[in-house]
Amino acid sequence: MHGRPRKAPKPEDAAASAAKAEKLRALQSQLLHNHHNQIYTKEALEISAKLLEANPESYTAWNYRKLAVEHNLSHSESDPDTVKSIFSEELRVVENSLKQNFKSYGAWHHRKWVLSKGHSSVDHELQLLDRFQRADSRNFHAWNYRRFIAALKGIPDEEELKYTTKLIETNFSNYSAWHNRSVLLSHLLQNKVKGFFPKEKVLVEEYEFVHQALFTDPDDQSGWFYHLWLLDQTVKPETPLLVSTWPAHGSDIIVSAEGCLDGRALSPFTSFHSDAGTFPLILYFNEAVEGVNSSTVTVKSVFTENKDLVWKPLATMCVQPLSSKHAERQSVEMILWRDVNFHFYDAHVQESSPIAYFDRLSIKKDHEPAASKWHAKTLVNEIALVRQLLSEIDCKIGKLTLARLLMAHDAMVSYMAPHSHKKVHSEEVLQLYSDLMELDPMHSQYYKEAQSLVLLQQVTSNRESLLKHCCHHRVSTSSSVGNSVCLRLNNLSLSRIGCVEQLLWVQMLDLSHNELRSIDGLEAMQLLSFLNLSHNKLSSFTALEPLRLLKLLKVLDISYNEIGAHPVDTRRYLCSSPLSHTVGSDWNFNEFVPDDAKVTNYWEAFAIFRGFNLTQLDIVGNAITDEKFKSFLIKVLPTLKWVDGEELH
Amino acid sequence: MDETPSYPPIEPTDFDLIVVGTGLPQSVIAAAASSAGKSVLHLDSNSFYGSHFSSLNLDEFSSFLTSQSAVHSSHPNPPSSVAADAAEYVALDLKTRPMYSDVEITSHSSDPVEHSRKFNLDVSGPRVLFCADAAVDLMLKSGASQYLEFKSIDASFVCDADGRFSTVPDSRAAIFKDRSLSLTEKNQLMRFFKLIQGHLAASDEAENDSNARISEDDLESPFVEFLNKMRLPPKIKSMILYAIAMADYDQDSIEVCKDVLDTKIGIDRLALYHSSVGRFPNALGALIYPIYGQGELTQAFCRRAAVKGCIYVLRMPVIALLMEKESGHCKGVRLASGQDIFSQKLLVDPSFIVPVPVAPSQPDCMPESSQVINLVDAKQKVARGICIMKSSLKPDVSNFVFVYPPRSLYPEQAMAIRAVQIGSNLGVCPSGMFVLYLSTLCNDATQGKELLQAAIKSLFTLPVSGNPENSSSVHSENMEEVKPTLLWSALYTQELVMGSFESISSTSMPDGNLNYNVLLDATVKLFHQMYPQEEFFPETTSPENVEDDDGLSLES
Repeated sequence: MHGRPRKAPKPEDAAASAAKAEKLRALQSQLLHNHHNQIYTKEALEISAKLLEANPESYTAWNYRKLAVEHNLSHSESDPDTVKSIFSEELRVVENSLKQNFKSYGAWHHRKWVLSKGHSSVDHELQLLDRFQRADSRNFHAWNYRRFIAALKGIPDEEELKYTTKLIETNFSNYSAWHNRSVLLSHLLQNKVKGFFPKEKVLVEEYEFVHQALFTDPDDQSGWFYHLWLLDQTVKPETPLLVSTWPAHGSDIIVSAEGCLDGRALSPFTSFHSDAGTFPLILYFNEAVEGVNSSTVTVKSVFTENKDLVWKPLATMCVQPLSSKHAERQSVEMILWRDVNFHFYDAHVQESSPIAYFDRLSIKKDHEPAASKWHAKTLVNEIALVRQLLSEIDCKIGKLTLARLLMAHDAMVSYMAPHSHKKVHSEEVLQLYSDLMELDPMHSQYYKEAQSLVLLQQVTSNRESLLKHCCHHRVSTSSSVGNSVCLRLNNLSLSRIGCVEQLLWVQMLDLSHNELRSIDGLEAMQLLSFLNLSHNKLSSFTALEPLRLLKLLKVLDISYNEIGAHPVDTRRYLCSSPLSHTVGSDWNFNEFVPDDAKVTNYWEAFAIFRGFNLTQLDIVGNAITDEKFKSFLIKVLPTLKWVDGEELH
Repeated sequence: MDETPSYPPIEPTDFDLIVVGTGLPQSVIAAAASSAGKSVLHLDSNSFYGSHFSSLNLDEFSSFLTSQSAVHSSHPNPPSSVAADAAEYVALDLKTRPMYSDVEITSHSSDPVEHSRKFNLDVSGPRVLFCADAAVDLMLKSGASQYLEFKSIDASFVCDADGRFSTVPDSRAAIFKDRSLSLTEKNQLMRFFKLIQGHLAASDEAENDSNARISEDDLESPFVEFLNKMRLPPKIKSMILYAIAMADYDQDSIEVCKDVLDTKIGIDRLALYHSSVGRFPNALGALIYPIYGQGELTQAFCRRAAVKGCIYVLRMPVIALLMEKESGHCKGVRLASGQDIFSQKLLVDPSFIVPVPVAPSQPDCMPESSQVINLVDAKQKVARGICIMKSSLKPDVSNFVFVYPPRSLYPEQAMAIRAVQIGSNLGVCPSGMFVLYLSTLCNDATQGKELLQAAIKSLFTLPVSGNPENSSSVHSENMEEVKPTLLWSALYTQELVMGSFESISSTSMPDGNLNYNVLLDATVKLFHQMYPQEEFFPETTSPENVEDDDGLSLES
C-alpha cells in the first residue's frame, strides 16, 4: 500500500516474529526434505502450502510445487476433473499467499505459470484483479498480471485503455495506470487500429488528457512521466535517421599506407593518413539500428571497388599491435597541451577551414512538411502551456519539462532548417537548469549534465561558434598529426559529453579543466588521436572504457583526475573485479603486476590499457599514481615514449 | 384530528419527562433521555411521526401545511378539567401559533395527486446529510442508524439563470475530470484545497507548524476576502462560498450581508466537506440521503427511544398545561382525552406558545400575563418549495444538489437558493417522477416567493394556461433543450424558531441549512441543560450494538 508510514516494532512483536521464524524454520526443513526426496504426497504439499502462506517469498517452495504439479499430472489418468482440481489448489495457495504479501514476485509468477497451463478460468482472474486493484490501484504486480491476463483472454487494447482511463479518473496519482496507457497506446498506434489513426489526432487528445492532471496537481509526478512519453512520441521520427557520417557525403578521402603520401600537399580535413591501411567509417544514427554491413552500405570510391573493401565491425576489431619495426621507426614528439601551443583559427583563411567540412557533416533531411508542421505546432503549444503553469506555481518538474520542450523545439527547428538558425532558447534553458540546481540540490548532478549538453549544442550549432573553439596546434610537423586542428572544449564546466555527431571529424580534442565523470559517447569520434582529459573528475579506469574503441588514440592525458581516490566509482556503480567479463581469459595479467601490488588497483588499468598503441600518457595527479604503477603501465603499454612528460628509453 | 379516538388511559401517569411533538430535536432528546434511564412519554397530535421534520404523502402534506398555517384556537376544553384537584394546580390552555404562511399548492396535472400515497415529501426540505456530519456520528453512536438506509447524492452543481448546471469540482478527482474549468482554474482551485488541507493538518498537530497554518489575521477576516487574497477567479470563489461552504447571503456585498462568513468558519465547512468525501468507501461524494425521505430520521430516533422504554402516543393533542398554583411551575399536561399526566420536565413543539412562569406571589394574573419565551425570528424566514416533475432536470443524474448563488438569477438576489432533486430510487415518489426541493432564507414571504419562483422559472417549462392537464413536455420552438414540465408545486414560508430552555423547554424549527448540524448542536445543548448530570448517549457495550458497528448502511 502507498502512503502508509512504517511503524516501529513493539517488543511483543519481536517475540511474535521470533516464534514465527521458529515455525518457518521447521516448515522449511520439512519442505527441503520432501523436495530432495521427491515426495509429492498430499501431506507434503500441505507443508509447502503452509510455508508459502506464511512466507510467500520462499522460491524453493514455489518450484517444489511446480514439480509436484507436473509429477501429479503425469501420474493421474487424464481425468479432466482431477487436472482441474490440481490447478485450482495451486490458485488457492497463491491467493492465500498474496493475502499475506500481495507484492510477492514468486506468488504472482506461480499464478502466471498455472494460468498459462490453460486449465483455469480467466474470468475469475479478472475479478481477483479488480479486488487487488481496488485495494491498491498502483500495485504494479497486479498491473503486470493484468496485462498477462488481458493477452491470455484476448481483451482488446481499447478495452484495457478504457480501464486505465477509469482508474486515472478515480485517482491520477497512478504511475502504473499511466504506464499501461502508454504501452496500450503504443500497440494501438503501431497497428493503426480503427479510432487510433492518425497518430497526431490521438496524441493531441492524450496531451489534453494529461494536461488535466498536470494542472490539477503539478507536484504529482505520474502525469509528468506520461507527458514525457508523449513528448517522445511527438519528436521521435518513425524510422531511424542517419544523423551524420564520416567521411561526409561527397568528401574526398585519401587513404595512405606506409607513408607513401608523404610530402603531398593535402587538405588536412579531407585526407586521412593510416599506416595500417584501414580507415574508419562512422554512421551516426539517432537510435540503435541493426543490419549495418557491407550489403546495406555502399561506399563509392574512385580507385577502389566496393567489393575490395573489407569490413570489420569496430566491436570485434582487434588492433594489430604495431610491429617493432614501426615502433622503432617512429620518432615521436611530445605533444604539449599548454595554451601557448595553440593559436586561434583565422576564420578568413578558408582554404583549410574545418568549417567547410562542417556544413557537409549533416545529412540532408527530407520528410513530410505537414507532419513536421504539426510537430512544431504541438511543441509550441506545450511550451506555452507549461509557461502558463509556471506563471502560477513554482514547480521543479514543470521547469525541467519546459527545458526539455525548449530543447526539443530547437532541435526540431534546426532539423527542418539546418544551420540557418541559432539555438534561440539555449540561454533560457541554461538558466532553467541553473534554477533547478538551486531548487533541487539532490539532483544537481543530473541538471549539470543536462546543462553540459545544452552548452555543447550551443558550441556545435553553427560554424561561427564552433570556430571559436578551434585552434591550430603549433607542433604540426610530424606526419602523424594528420591535421593539427584542435577542438578545445576546456574550462566549460562540462560534466558530460554530447553532440558527438557534429564532431566526428575531430582528431585532437582538449576536454581538460571540466567536471567530467564519464566520457560515454566519445567512442563515436573514431578519428581521435590526441585527447586531453586532464583536470576532470574521472574516478576510475573503468570510466575510460569508451577509449577502448578508439583505435587511433596515441596521446592521452588523464592527469589530475580522481582515479584511485574512491574505492567504488559511484558514478558507474562498478567496482573493479578480475571477474569482470570485459577481459578475455587469454591475458596473463600476473606477468605485468609487481609482486607486492594490490591486484585490484591495477586490474582496471590493465583491462583498459592492454592493447593500446599509446605513445604518450600523462597520469600524474591521480591517487593511484606512484612509481610502481608507472612501471606497470610501461609494461602494459610497450609503445609508450612519453610518460608524464619524461621520455622513456 | 378532530375526532379524538377513545384511548385507554395512559399508565403510569407520572413521568420524568413529557415530550410533545415528534420533530427531530424532540425525538433525539426522547431517545437520549430514555437511554439515560429516564421515563419518557412522547406525544404527537398527528397520526404520523416527525411533525415539522416528517416526510408525508401528497394529501397528508397538503393538509399538514394547511392545518399549521391557520391560527388554531385552543381545543375545546373538556369539561373534566374540574375533576382534577383544583386546589393544587390550574389548567392553562395551550395555544399554538401558525408556523407556515402563504401556502400555495398548485396542481398542473392529476398524475401526482392520483399517486399521492407513493410520495414521501420532506416538510423540511431540501435536506441532505454530509457523510462526516455530527448527525451521522450521532446516528451511529445512538444506534439509530440500524433503522436507516442511505444512498449517495450523485452530484453537486451550481446553476445559473438559464437553468445551466456546472459541476462543483469538490475533490482532486473531480477537478481532474471537470472539463468546464480551464487548466489554470484547476491549478488555482487545487492549490487552494491543498492550502486548506495543509492548514488543517498543521492545526491538528501538537507543535504548531506556523508555515502551513493560515495566519490568525486571515482566519478572522471575512472568508470572501481570504478567497480574494488567494486570487481565486469569481467563478471558483462562488463555488467555494455557496456550493461547498454553503454561505447563504451574498458575501461580496458586505454592507447588506446579514451573515458574513469568516475564514475560520469557511475553512471548517470546507473541512467538513472534504472529510465527507471518502468517509464511506461506497459513497460517491460528500452527501447522502435517507431512503424514504428525511422523516425516517425522526422515526429512527423514536424507535431507539422506544427500545429504551419511552412510551409513544400519536394522535393525542395536548390541550392544557398543568401549573402548580403555589410555585407557578409546570406539573404536567392535560391530554385531549381528558387525562392529566404529570412530569417535572416538559419539552414542547416550537408551534406552542410557551408561557413564562410567573412568580408565585401573583398566581391570579398568571394566565393573562403569560409571555412568549420561544421567540419567533421576526426578521428572517425560510421560503420552501416542492416541485414534482416527470423527468430529471439533468438528464443523466437522478439525485443531486445544486445552488443558485446570490445574483445568479437577478441582480438584486441577495440570498443563495438551495435545491435538491431526488428521484424515485430513493423511495420518495412513484417511479418515473422526480421531486425537487428548494429553499432560501428571506425577510418576508413576498421576497421568498420571488426568489423561488425565479428559480422555478429557470428550470421548468410552465404548462400553458388553459391546458393544465397537459403533462407531456412542451417542446420549445427552437428545440434546443427540453426543460421538464412542472406537474405539481407547493410554495410555503416557514417561521424560524429557536428552541429554549426553561421549566417548559421547547425545540427549534427546521433551519435554512442543508444539514442538521446547527439544529443538532442546539439539541445537544438543550439536553445538557435539562440533564446536566447525564451523558448524551453514553457509549454502550451492550451486545445489541456490536452487530452494527461496521457503520452506516449505504446502498451503492
